[in-house]
Amino acid sequence: MTTAVVSKSPRKRITSTKVKYALTVLAFLLPSAVPLVCFTFYPMAGALWTSLHKWNLLSDMQWVGLGNYAHLLQDPATLRAFGNTLYYIVGYLPLVYVGGLGLALGLNAAIPLRGFLRGMYFLPVVTSWIVVALVWRWLLNPSVGIVNQVIGLFGLDGPGWWTDPTWAMPSIILASAWKDLGFVMIILLAGLQTIPQELYEAARMDGAGWWSRLRHVTLPMLSPTTFFVVVISLINGFQVFDQVYAMTGGGPAGASSVVVQQVYDLTFRYSQAGMASALSWMLFLVILAVTIVQMIGQRKWVNYA
Amino acid sequence: MNRIGQLARVGLVAALGFSLAACSGGGSATTDNTGAAGEPVTITYSNFISNGGHEEDLGAIVAAFESENPDIKVEVKTLPYSDYFTALQTDIAGGTTADVFDIEFANYAAYQANGVLAALKGADTSVYQKNLADAYATDGTQYALPSSFSNVVLFYNKTLFDAAGVDYPTADWTWADEQAAAAKLTDAGKGVWGDYQPISYYEYYKVLAQAGGKFLADDGSASAFNTPEGIKAAEWLIEKSGKAMPTAAQGAGTADFDSNLFNDGNLAMWHTGIWMFGSYADASFDWDIAVEPGDVTHASAMFSNAVAVSAGSKNIEAAQKWAAYMSSSAKMVETRLATGWELPPIADETALSAYLTAGKPENRQAVFDSLDAVALAPSIGENQAQIQDIVTEQLTEAAAGRKSVEDALTTAAEKVDALLK
Repeated sequence: MTTAVVSKSPRKRITSTKVKYALTVLAFLLPSAVPLVCFTFYPMAGALWTSLHKWNLLSDMQWVGLGNYAHLLQDPATLRAFGNTLYYIVGYLPLVYVGGLGLALGLNAAIPLRGFLRGMYFLPVVTSWIVVALVWRWLLNPSVGIVNQVIGLFGLDGPGWWTDPTWAMPSIILASAWKDLGFVMIILLAGLQTIPQELYEAARMDGAGWWSRLRHVTLPMLSPTTFFVVVISLINGFQVFDQVYAMTGGGPAGASSVVVQQVYDLTFRYSQAGMASALSWMLFLVILAVTIVQMIGQRKWVNYA
Repeated sequence: MNRIGQLARVGLVAALGFSLAACSGGGSATTDNTGAAGEPVTITYSNFISNGGHEEDLGAIVAAFESENPDIKVEVKTLPYSDYFTALQTDIAGGTTADVFDIEFANYAAYQANGVLAALKGADTSVYQKNLADAYATDGTQYALPSSFSNVVLFYNKTLFDAAGVDYPTADWTWADEQAAAAKLTDAGKGVWGDYQPISYYEYYKVLAQAGGKFLADDGSASAFNTPEGIKAAEWLIEKSGKAMPTAAQGAGTADFDSNLFNDGNLAMWHTGIWMFGSYADASFDWDIAVEPGDVTHASAMFSNAVAVSAGSKNIEAAQKWAAYMSSSAKMVETRLATGWELPPIADETALSAYLTAGKPENRQAVFDSLDAVALAPSIGENQAQIQDIVTEQLTEAAAGRKSVEDALTTAAEKVDALLK
């Protein structure tokens, strides 16, 4: 990529233009490059270096090579954490997408109080996870929570929600889908508004009903937006942490322990920063692989026409 | 590849290089606050012991120290116990440790072994109770000064005992007495519970000692709790749940659940620490304390906190002065006794006698009687946090009825043994 240019007099002016151009590019790039490098690349490189060491955060690191990775690959807790993370994604993604799409379709129609309703649905998105998690812990409180009280009205016994290993992850999924619904709705709304009305008119003339228009016009035209939502949700899904930490702390008995919760526990509770860094990098590689597969796969279903 | 594209790339690489330089540049900035002659030195003190009600009391001790030592200023940072050690660890890893900071006995050994603590040369340890001072010395060198000690006793709500016509607990009580009283005092319909004892590692090693068992084998290389005594101890902890004590599904085990229950006058007996005295000085009901009931023997948990000086401190001398003041000065003793804080670690017993009459609860003698039979925390090495989590988790599983006590202890023993190696 580097080309040594032997400059002779006719080239001089070009060189100075080139330098000027490079400096201009540099000036435009710096504001976003500085935080990107300082807060993303630099820590990532640091974590990669740390992941090759045993480090208790108190004394100097000791080199262990790939020992941390080897240990994690054999540790059933790693498999469980990735399994729980996958469980979260599989439960969360369809729920939040279908819910978000329903809301977007409803609030795209000309109904009264539309702006207000959009704002209300977006409110949870800008609310702190800690607050949301505490509220949901109360709603899903097995003995005094509203949800189980309502279930009780039908003469049924509600589940133990976050106190029960079987129900801990569904509780987290429910709260997460509720919180992120507004985000997915806003993105899909923006997508819906780029679909030209003529397509619907043409479809109507061809006798397409509501379902056919959704199936054959809306969804294909919305596919770039859907792709964006899926990629973002998957990346965020793999990194799920706040809600898990605040609602269950990974419990009971590790039933809702996800990868990032594991990273947190290893670093701050068990003083194994090297191991935690290795797990972070494993997570990064998994997310990278999944995203690449999606980028390739999108050619088959995303319609950029 | 066209030239413009190439140049843009050069620009990008340069921009990234630039920013890398920008972010690594500030890494080694240090503040030198040794000060010129005549100017006071500022030292920092990071603590959890004053959190939750004693912040002003600590402020009073700091003010007294500063007026006695006009050349030293103390800057206090207070964190809740639950966040304190995470923050401390981050500070140590990042090289921003306070000059003086709190530690507790459970993690003293790890910090000392990793060279985090400054050796306190010339510290006068004769003022402290000998066993407390010795706990913070390694190979004859003092690395921290004990700042307080505390233990766990049985709190009880006299008003509820009177209403149910049950005799108050005494130092002779056994588990059976406690169990019988708890059954009579529980009134689930009214939301009144007879007893509350956390289902956790900390309670377990203690009740294990009460049952005559041991957590660790004598050489410390393996667990020793998967025995008939261990099962008895675990059963004692978990049998209350759902009978005399709320279950996890009813909220037990969540932050402040037990203290609120007691405060609302809905809890008859409660196993908790003497650091809670101050919180109930103005309670609407009458309450007192007793030595915790035992089984084959009595055994009480004892905890101690200490102040240490950072090995990286630039003002070790001033820092040590403050550490000594915070752990042994008359002002500290007076403040701790007057405000129902944890007990001062001093050797002078006559100074401690004021504690006995310092207010609620009446039977403060039980605090000292509990010290006659102490269950010391087992020394489980560098994996202690993991070991504690495993024991708590397995006991919780058994309490929720998802596992038998035998299975839970077998799993716990296997996992703990793997971490002790």
